[in-house]
Formats: sequence, structure tokens, C-alpha cells
Amino acid sequence: MRAGILRSPSPLPGFGLSFGIMMAALSVVVLLPIMALVGRGVMIGPAELWEMVGTRRIRAALALSFRAALVASLFNLVFGLVLAWVLVRYRFWGRRLIDAAIDLPFALPTAVAGIALTALYAPNGALGQMLTPLGIKVAYTEFGIWLALIFIGLPFVVRTVQPVIEEIDREVEEASATLGASRAYTLRRVILPMLAPALLTGFALALARSVGEYGSVIFIAGNLPFKTEIAPLLIVIRLEEYNYDAATAIGLAMLLISFAMLLVINIIQIWSRRRIGDV
Amino acid sequence: MLLTIQIGSHVLAQGTFIRRLDDGQIEIDAGNRRMVGRPIASGWHPKAMTKVRDGAFRKTFSRISLRRGVVAALTSLGLTFGVVMPASAQEDTEILNVSYDPTREFYRQYNELFSAWWESEGHAPVTLRQSHGGSGGQARAVIDGLEATVVTLALSADISAIAERTGKIPEDWQSRLPHNSSPYTSTIVFLVRDGNPLGIEDWDDLARDDVAVITPNPKTSGGARWNFMAAWAWAMEEYDGDEAQARAYLGTLFRNVPVLDTGARGATNTFVQRGIGDVLLAWENEAFLALAEQGDGAFDIVVPSVSMLAEPPVTLVDGNITSERQRAVAEAYLEHLYRPEAQALALQNYYRAWDTSAASQEDIARFPEVTRLSIDDFGGWAEVQPTFFGDGGVFDQIYEEQ
Amino acid sequence: MSDVSFTPRAASVTTETALTRRIVIGVVMILIAVLLFAPLIAVFAEALRSGWAASLEGLASPDAQAAIRLTLIVAAIAVPLNAAFGIAAAWAITKFDFRGKALLITLIDLPFSVSPVVAGLALVMLFGTNSWLGAWLIAHDLKVVFAFPGIVLATMFVTFPFVARELIPVMMEQGRAEEEAALTLGASGWRTFFTVTLPNIRWALLYGVLLCNARAMGEFGAVAVISGKIRGETTTMPIMIEMLYNEYLSVAAFSLAAVLALLALLTLLLKSLLEWRYAGLLAATRRH
Repeated sequence: MRAGILRSPSPLPGFGLSFGIMMAALSVVVLLPIMALVGRGVMIGPAELWEMVGTRRIRAALALSFRAALVASLFNLVFGLVLAWVLVRYRFWGRRLIDAAIDLPFALPTAVAGIALTALYAPNGALGQMLTPLGIKVAYTEFGIWLALIFIGLPFVVRTVQPVIEEIDREVEEASATLGASRAYTLRRVILPMLAPALLTGFALALARSVGEYGSVIFIAGNLPFKTEIAPLLIVIRLEEYNYDAATAIGLAMLLISFAMLLVINIIQIWSRRRIGDV
Repeated sequence: MLLTIQIGSHVLAQGTFIRRLDDGQIEIDAGNRRMVGRPIASGWHPKAMTKVRDGAFRKTFSRISLRRGVVAALTSLGLTFGVVMPASAQEDTEILNVSYDPTREFYRQYNELFSAWWESEGHAPVTLRQSHGGSGGQARAVIDGLEATVVTLALSADISAIAERTGKIPEDWQSRLPHNSSPYTSTIVFLVRDGNPLGIEDWDDLARDDVAVITPNPKTSGGARWNFMAAWAWAMEEYDGDEAQARAYLGTLFRNVPVLDTGARGATNTFVQRGIGDVLLAWENEAFLALAEQGDGAFDIVVPSVSMLAEPPVTLVDGNITSERQRAVAEAYLEHLYRPEAQALALQNYYRAWDTSAASQEDIARFPEVTRLSIDDFGGWAEVQPTFFGDGGVFDQIYEEQ
Repeated sequence: MSDVSFTPRAASVTTETALTRRIVIGVVMILIAVLLFAPLIAVFAEALRSGWAASLEGLASPDAQAAIRLTLIVAAIAVPLNAAFGIAAAWAITKFDFRGKALLITLIDLPFSVSPVVAGLALVMLFGTNSWLGAWLIAHDLKVVFAFPGIVLATMFVTFPFVARELIPVMMEQGRAEEEAALTLGASGWRTFFTVTLPNIRWALLYGVLLCNARAMGEFGAVAVISGKIRGETTTMPIMIEMLYNEYLSVAAFSLAAVLALLALLTLLLKSLLEWRYAGLLAATRRH
């Protein structure tokens, strides 16, 4: 078994056990339901599936969902990195409070997050009131969707990068400085490469989660067809029509695109690892 | 010389000294392997210490086969199923009423009323369970196996969907109880800001350029389909049944809609809390609820010249009945909705009920006169649903044309 | 090398200039205030709009209590199972070299790329009465959808990747030299795991568990599809919040949401406590 799967022998034990637990859990919890979905898609047939997702309206919604998710995740990538760095390396008033609150976007049900954000950024909200005179509309625009997605994706990058920063050996930085590198150079050429895998992971997860997000977005989006209508909303609409097939079709389309994106990111990551000679 | 070095964060190794490296690290011979690490002071014995044992490359762990791994994993997953609630453990009679969102208060009171009456008739007590959610989602849950005893939903299309897809309800269900199986009804009204600053009186005002209209999305909200049909009803009367003009009118109306919330509550919130829009299209009972929550001073209710007779129907899910006793209770539960006391309760909860004999005068006087057209005037939900709200239906066309 | 050996110069080369630090902290504080704290404050303000008494009254209802209980039980089952899976997966993936690793990791990520609505739909398609598996289960009196097991499954599905995904980058970064050394020195597999691997990954593990727990308690979309929404029985806190909100009971809804946020903070408090308790140990492992 071991020899059959392993690419090269490892002196470490526990492959059978860990691989077994992983595959069993993966199969029951994830793959089985996904197979049910894919199976239904297969029964519908590719031509019909394509027809169901090929309309102008669904394309517009898919484009919006992926665009907004990308914008929000890129923001979270940069902001999450800085935030994680600040939380681990700097000591300042309020650090523990911020550190403690990072996970809250996960704990708040998405609908509550959506309602709270809309309350803040609606033209009569606390922050909306300040932005409206400046001509900035947040709630009920695509900008509002970005905001909701930034909120729900915030913990991903921070929490994947944070433990890696905590493990960084300061000796490395000292060595770099001793050898004459500027601080900026050290950060860019020494620290950043060390954080890259975690950053990429966090980004990928935030992206994937943002694409499928429904609960928080529908409150702040306005949901106007062709303008602020996200793809998950169209799934719900198809379900309301009792059209399970069309709902499955849109769900599968989203799943395929996200899966392809994640796969590319993961391949890049593993490939770069292997090139360095680790793992 | 036996030296102890530290490798990484937690591993200590002992062996004979070989050489000192430039960076201060030390290479040692640990019996079967050479290792490099930082020297540590002698006499320190942290818990991670591992003693050298020649040839002790033990693979006990790796002998645990894949099969055992799978068994272990499945056992742990089995735990989740281990807590399965015994589905048939309770022998006493239960009724599960699967209802839509804003009926909570009404059914909470009604369940008490019914229980008291049922027991006063000399029957054994019954357990009344309630489920609330969006009407369409609730219907889907019943289709997928939620064991509803009775369903009390927002529109007959949802109950018909259950009948059609599961066969658990007979096709002619709507004729089983009086008034199209709708013990209480409502209508569509306008909620406007206090004093009606824009002078919104009827449906034609909603197509004005200066009016912003808030309504939930008819695609996701069953209630909003009544809104749409009320506007359609007025337009068909106004333009003498000219569908093209009615369509154009609704196109203009929906161009005035800045936000399409997915549910009735979301739309009310957008209008009331967020201050968006000049008029909210709402069910009358929900408009009254919003007034009750916000105080009468903030909003006015405007009744249009023509509106719909909104009928939220109720029925028994025959296919889920497990015993004759349960059927008897469930039938009594629905029939009792038409009794004066229950009707008074519906009136009290801002629904228009049929029998006013037991209601207080205040609850009856609340409702203004309005011409209410029936959905049957447009062919019933069986026809309206696909034509207007199906994929590519009238509503979708309005947005496709924009 | 210990703290003592840090000369002032060494300290300054491993951080940024004071000015940079201040600017960065300032920007982070502002963004956090606007993006994170403002919505939270809005939730708490809404919960306490009619005073503490009204808020507590909303929480005291039997339905709300049942919802809190159910949410805690579901999290107590789903989180440890996912943690065990996460550790196993991270071990298999980072300590061994095998084909199709990228695909496997992507499969683990899959639950994130599935919209919660679709996740719920998939579970209903699998276990609902209209599938052969669902029909078989129901025939054997095992209810999955619209009952407790379905809620647990949906929760496990949406939180599935957290622990594994926290651990994998950290364990990749660390490589396997330490474990190999320990084994060479004669430690058993389990001992190596507990004394070498676990201390190395404990922070990542903790973050993973915290995230997993927060998300497990807060999940709405997938659970909503599969719960059946029966009051006092299958309503988790997020579902109860939605129901209350739709019934125009804002105060009760937001009070429950605030409790959910506080529950998440409680687990974080635990983390801080651990951090404080093991501060000495941490310092020792962090800078050598």
C-alpha cells in the first residue's frame, strides 16, 4: 500500500493511518455529497447544462461573483499580511483585542454581518452619512459586495500567515542584516518567500469562500439583475422555481471554476516547494 | 566526548563530537547518523529528550495498516450518526406545522388556543411543533422529506408543488376546506413615509420618475409575487386588458426599484431602517406589523384602488400521516382555524379573517375597504407562476429589456 | 541563543523603524475599526437598543435556549472530528511524497469553493427522501436530513478544510528533519508526534480549531437548507436569528447574534490564556 502510493520512501511512520483517516473523512463528508451533485449533473447531460448556464444573465452574475471575490481577496491578501505581521511583531495598545476579534467574521452568521454592514453603509447609516456627501455610494452597489466579501474573508489570510510568522527564526533576519541587507530587502527577499505558501493558501481560501458567499451579500447588494445580482442568488432563484436541475447547473459551473482556480494555486505551491527541494 | 545538541525547536540528540561548524553549530555522530545542531549546556534535560539507541529505527507506527486507519476514521464519523434521535420513540401524537415566516406570533397563540380546546374536549394532549421559513424553501423541505403534518404557506403554488412532486397531497387539496383552504387572507398595500410627502395614492404614482419603490424580489419571495400581481391587476384594468401596456407599466415600475431584497422582511428593513425608497409594497399584515414596531408616527398605509386577495392556504399532508389518531388531530387543527375564536386571533394579528363574530371591534375596524381581485381571475397560480415568474417569464423579460 | 544575547543592534535589525511601525499600526487600526469593529458595534448596539432587560428576555425564551444548546453540541462534535481529520491530513500530506498531492489538497479545499446553499442542496440530494440512500436510511428509521445528523454533517462539510489548511503550510515550512532525527534517535512514532510535531504545530492547530469552531457555530447557509427549521429542535443559533429577524423581533435576533460573537470571543480568551500560561515556553521556542 505504502510503496504503491508513495513517490519516494519516507522514514516517517503513520502513513497508512493518517492517509486512511484523511481519505475516509474526505469521502464521507465531502466527496459523497459532491458526487451526488456531479451525478445529477451527469444525468442532466453536458449540453443541457451548458444551455442552462449560458444565458446572458447567468454569465453576468458569474462574472460579478468572481470579479468581486477577486477584488476582495486581493485586498485581504495585502491587508491580512500586514495585519498578521503587526499582530505578531509589534507591541501596541489594543493588540490583544484586535487579535481576539479577527475570527469574529466567521462566528457572526453571514446574514447578521450583511445586515450590520448595510446598516452602517446605507445612506442613512453611521458611515454612509459620511460617504454620501463625497459622492461615494457603498450599500446597494458592487462596492458594497466587495465590502461584505472583505469582511467574511478577512480571517483567512491573517490566520494562515500568523502561525508561520510566529515560527520565523529571528536569526535569519539578523543574518540578513549582518550581511548588509536593508530591512526592506530582508522583508522582500527573505521573509516574504517564507510566508509565500501560507499567503497563497489564505488567498485561495478567501477567494473560494467569497465566490460562493450568499448570506451577507444579498442584504447589501441590491440584487438588481445584470447589475448587482450574484451567482449564488441565481441558484436560490432556480430553487424557488423548483428547478433543481438549473440550480445544479449553476452550482456545478461555480464549483468547476473555483476548483480549477484552487488546483492551479495548489500546483504552483507544491511545484515551487519541490523545486526548492523541500518536502 | 558525548555531546547534546538541539535540532530545530524540540529535538535533542546526543552523540560523539565530530567537528564545529563555522556558524557555531556542531556536528555529532549519533550512532547511525550524523547530525548538525546547536550545542546546549549540559545538565539541561527538557522533556523532549530522546535517548540514543543504536539501530532503533522503529517503525511500530507504520505497521498500522491502511485498513485499520479506515476503520478508525469510520468509527469516529459513526459517532455523528450515533446521536441519531430515535425517530419513533415518542408514541404520543405530534403535529408538525410547516409554516412561512410572519405567522409565528399567530400560530404561537393559536397552538395554545387549540391545545386548550382539544384537551377540554376530553382528548389526550398533543405536541404541536412549529417550523418557520421562506414559503418556497419550506415547500422544498417538505418535498425533500421534512415530515410536515400540515403545511400553512404563503401561496397555493407552493403547496401545489408539494402535491405535484411527492403525491403526498391530493391534487384537489384546495377544495377540502372553505374559502380556497385559506382561513385568513390579506391584501397588498402601500407603506409610505409619514404624511405621504409625495402624494402617492394609487398604482400609477409608482411609475412616476420621482418615486422610488421598494419590493422584495418576486423570484425569491412568495409574498412579492402577490405584489407583482396586484400591480398587474391594476394595469390590466387601467389599460383594458392590453398586456403590452401592462408590461410597459411594470417595466417602468421596476425601473423605480433601487433594491430587490430576497425576502419581505429584508425589504421592510430597507424601507424602514435604511430609509431607502418612498413607498414599500407590502402585505397588509406586515405593513401593520411595521407600524406597530416603529410607532404610528413614522409611516402611513395607503390603500390602492385595486389590489389582490392574498390567500395563504393551509392543508393536510396526507402522505406523512402515520396514524388515524394523528389524522384526527391534524384535521381538527386545520378546521379549528375557521372557528370564531381562531378567526378573532387572526384578525388580532392583522390578517383579514372571515368570521368576525368573536373579534374585538378595534381589530375589525382596522381594515379599510378595498377591491380585491382573486388570483383565479388570472388563471390561478398554476398558470400565473410559470408565465410571470418562471425562467424567462414576464418578470425576467422586464429586466432583459432594460 | 536566548533573549539575553540580544544586543540593541540585533533587536533593531529585526524590526522596522519606529516611524514605519507607527504608520503601519495606525493604518491597520483604522481599517480594522471600519471593517471589523464597526459592524460588531452595530450588532451590539442593535441588541441593546431597548435595554439590557429586553435583550436578556429575548435570550431567555426556551427556543433561544434550545438553539444555543444545539449550536454548542453541534460544534462540540464537528470541531474535534475535523481537528482529528486535519492533523491526519496534514501529516499524510507534508511528511510523505506521493502523487496527486495538489489534487488532494484541492479536494480538501472543495467545501470552501462550494456555495453553502449548494452544499446544503448536495446533502439533501444525497440524503433526502428522493435519493436511494435517503430512502434506505428513512426505511431504517435513520433520519439525516431535517434532523440532528444532517446539521452535524452540513457543519462538518463547511468547516472541513480549516484545521488541515492551517497545519499544512506550517508543517511544509518545517519540513521533516526534526521528526526524522527523533526517529533516528529511537523515539516511537507516537512519541515523535507528541513531543516533536505537536509542539511545533500547536499554534497553527489552535488557530485552525478556533476558526473551525467560529465557523461551525456561525454557519447558516448549508444548515438552513438541511435543518427543517423546527422550533426548539433543529434550529441552530444562526437559524433562530434569521427566524427572529423575519418575525420583526430585531432585539431578540441581535441579542442572539451578540451571544454568538461572545461565544467566539470566549474561545479566543482561552487562546490568550494559553498564550499567557505558556509565555515562557513560547519565548524559548520562538527565538533560539
